[in-house]
Amino acid sequence: MRDVFLPRSLEKLWTYLDESPGALVFAGGTDLLVKTFNGFPEGEALVCLDRIDELKEICQQGESIWIGACATHSGMVASRLVRNTLPALWKAVGEIGSPPVRNMGTIGGNICTASPAGDTLPPLYAMKAEVEILCREGARRLPIAQFIHGPGATGLQKAEIVSAVRIPKPQGLNLQHFEKVGLRSALACSVASLAALARLSPDRVVEEVSLAWGSVAPTVFTCPQAEETLVGRPLCAASLREAAEIVRHRVRPISDVRADAEYRRTVAGNLLLRLGTLS
Amino acid sequence: MKISFHLNAKEVSVDVAADRKLVRVLREDLALTGTKEGCGAGECGACTILVDGDPRLSCLMTVAQIQDRHVTTIEGLAANGEAHPVQEAFIEKGAIQCGFCTPAMVLASVALLDKNPDPTRGEIREGLSGNLCRCGGYVKIVDAVEAAAIAIRRGNPK
Ligand SMILES: Cc1cc2nc3c(=O)[nH]c(=O)nc-3n(C[C@H](O)[C@H](O)[C@H](O)COP(=O)(O)OP(=O)(O)OC[C@H]3O[C@@H](n4cnc5c(N)ncnc54)[C@H](O)[C@@H]3O)c2cc1C
Ligand code: FES
Ligand code: FES
Repeated sequence: MRDVFLPRSLEKLWTYLDESPGALVFAGGTDLLVKTFNGFPEGEALVCLDRIDELKEICQQGESIWIGACATHSGMVASRLVRNTLPALWKAVGEIGSPPVRNMGTIGGNICTASPAGDTLPPLYAMKAEVEILCREGARRLPIAQFIHGPGATGLQKAEIVSAVRIPKPQGLNLQHFEKVGLRSALACSVASLAALARLSPDRVVEEVSLAWGSVAPTVFTCPQAEETLVGRPLCAASLREAAEIVRHRVRPISDVRADAEYRRTVAGNLLLRLGTLS
Repeated sequence: MKISFHLNAKEVSVDVAADRKLVRVLREDLALTGTKEGCGAGECGACTILVDGDPRLSCLMTVAQIQDRHVTTIEGLAANGEAHPVQEAFIEKGAIQCGFCTPAMVLASVALLDKNPDPTRGEIREGLSGNLCRCGGYVKIVDAVEAAAIAIRRGNPK
């Protein structure tokens, strides 16, 4: 049997973590409890973060949007700030799992799980988000791409938690897009996904673009070569085809129960082609 | 560990291992077997309960997490002996085959109608997308939720 603590403040959390340094911190439990069907193996305490109100806030801080690690997917769907300023993230969280999974699952849990299929990750990479890490001694920040090391592996140290993600407010971007391809529309892990942010001139010349794919490599896949191919040219079928070819060469997908690697490779490119059909 | 919470409008306390799954405590310790454990992994929705009014999966919660919360299980919906309009509509429309998914479908529907009293069929399907019916009776389930929405809006529980 393991103790389960429900600290109601950060101060209380640090006290629990001092008392059981090996404790496992969690939030919504939608990843953690799937792994423990018949109960937890003996071990140190579990500490649930979901009563710490300051970790649930969503607010604007200067030129950034600050989303507390324990903000649930439903909370983000309901947030006007997320909807209006971070539409790609908003679209992504609205498609996670199912309504009860979205009521429980959190953005911090999605980041710490560091799954190649984590749906918040492509938008967070494309927006160059930073992960805020907290321990009793203080805070540090890491760009998301540095925080995530590989499938299930992050830069989190003992006695540290993720407290928030800080997202630079997208400025002047008139294309903010997320698309996920799954085997069905609810309760389906992505086979491939794409977050795309761009600034287009009035005649649709790409002035700036940021792209990030999910489920086609061990971590979120970014492709500066494809971005360079698009910049300075109108967003049209010809330039997108060229960029998609580069992407198909560079992704490193795996085959699993959901799709084989070749299919993922094809879809990764096709998701890019579809940008040409957005108005 | 002693855990106190509000269960179907009554205050209850249980003394159980803190890391047990909530669905098992509801079924095995509190004898509330309306809540089902189907997949035990978040996929089927059969274990859906309402926590402070929102659908959550009791197979993915430790019992300790329920401390001080308000929990509604299917047994609490007709606590005064009168079926909830959603329950009436499920019976009326024949939205039940084996019944395994039904308690959770009903609770998810109640929560959906609470937030959106006049949903489209598409919104109903989306709202119930976390609940699988292995008998495949989805059309009648959507019919029932539509009918319940009308009944509730008319303020007529029957
Ligand atoms: C049926 C089902 C469908 C799903 N569908 C999707 C989907 O479509 N897309 C998708 O991306 N995901 C999906 N998921 C996975 C999961 O719901 C999400 O990844 C969710 O965001 C996890 O959040 P959580 O708070 O529940 O994580 P938890 O289970 O609480 O935690 C996950 C891990 O992160 C750690 N952790 C959590 N929060 C913190 C923190 N603040 N600081 C430090 N460590 C922390 C925990 O120790 C644990 O190792 C699905 C899960 C289920 C069960
Ligand atoms: S038993 Fe909980 S979702 Fe299937
Ligand atoms: S009625 Fe049998 S599972 Fe839905």
